[in-house]
Amino acid sequence: MGQTVIAGVSVDLNDEGYLSDPSQWNEDVAVEIAKEEGIELTDKHFEVLHYLRDKHSAGEQLTIRKVGKSGITDIKGLYQLFPGGPLKKSSRIAGIPKPASCV
Amino acid sequence: METNIETKETTTKKVEKKPLEKVLIICAKGAIEDVYAALVMANGAVMEGIEAKLFFTFFGLDAITKKQMNKLHTGTIGNPAMRMPGGLPFPTILGILPGVEAGVSSMMKSQMEKLDIPPVDEFMDMITAGGGEIYACKLATDMFKIEMKDLSEHVKDIITIGQFYEMADGERTQIIFT
Repeated sequence: MGQTVIAGVSVDLNDEGYLSDPSQWNEDVAVEIAKEEGIELTDKHFEVLHYLRDKHSAGEQLTIRKVGKSGITDIKGLYQLFPGGPLKKSSRIAGIPKPASCV
Repeated sequence: METNIETKETTTKKVEKKPLEKVLIICAKGAIEDVYAALVMANGAVMEGIEAKLFFTFFGLDAITKKQMNKLHTGTIGNPAMRMPGGLPFPTILGILPGVEAGVSSMMKSQMEKLDIPPVDEFMDMITAGGGEIYACKLATDMFKIEMKDLSEHVKDIITIGQFYEMADGERTQIIFT
């Protein structure tokens, strides 16, 4: 997809709409991407997004189970926050690569 | 001829992608690898926003029976893919020794835990949290004299295969048998 402007920020997107460079992300960018996914972000959403970004920058592989044990929300809550693909959607909104785990 | 190929390519490009909408997964065996194959597929489906229904029958019932579900084993006999740590072949005769099957099974479980793959009951928590549904086969429960009270609380109902097929409505549904 290449370069595009989201919330006034010029970002690089890959073919699947994920940010190629997580450092181009900010909360306004997140709000815009979330709108595309049909999600209105709340504080709870942002807690999850920041958690994902922290874990990703620490080099950890993300799984739904890990997020469910983060203390932010349980797995059911995660599905409610990001319906129809919790880990994929939250990763995209968090500006990190598409998750590569099977769980 | 060349024009033909070109036309074909253009038509292929125009075809709209039709993502899977529902999977029905049947698990008829109770070894760790059989049960986990079913659980990984079901959980993978709900994670992708695909509706998932799981149907456990025959020895697969162990996976949803309270007493057995977290004590599943992997068979150490008659499995040509079974290898020793390091890759050497696993002599079948070893598999018959007491404790070997238990040892191999606990090793498999610890390897899975390292990959963040949960125990059976927790895996079912994850699947049902995502809207997946788990069913037991009526015929098999009758045969093994198992009732709803013996089954994990994740099990929604005991149903016939006919009722299970009824859930396969919709165009983009697949039935998978493990």
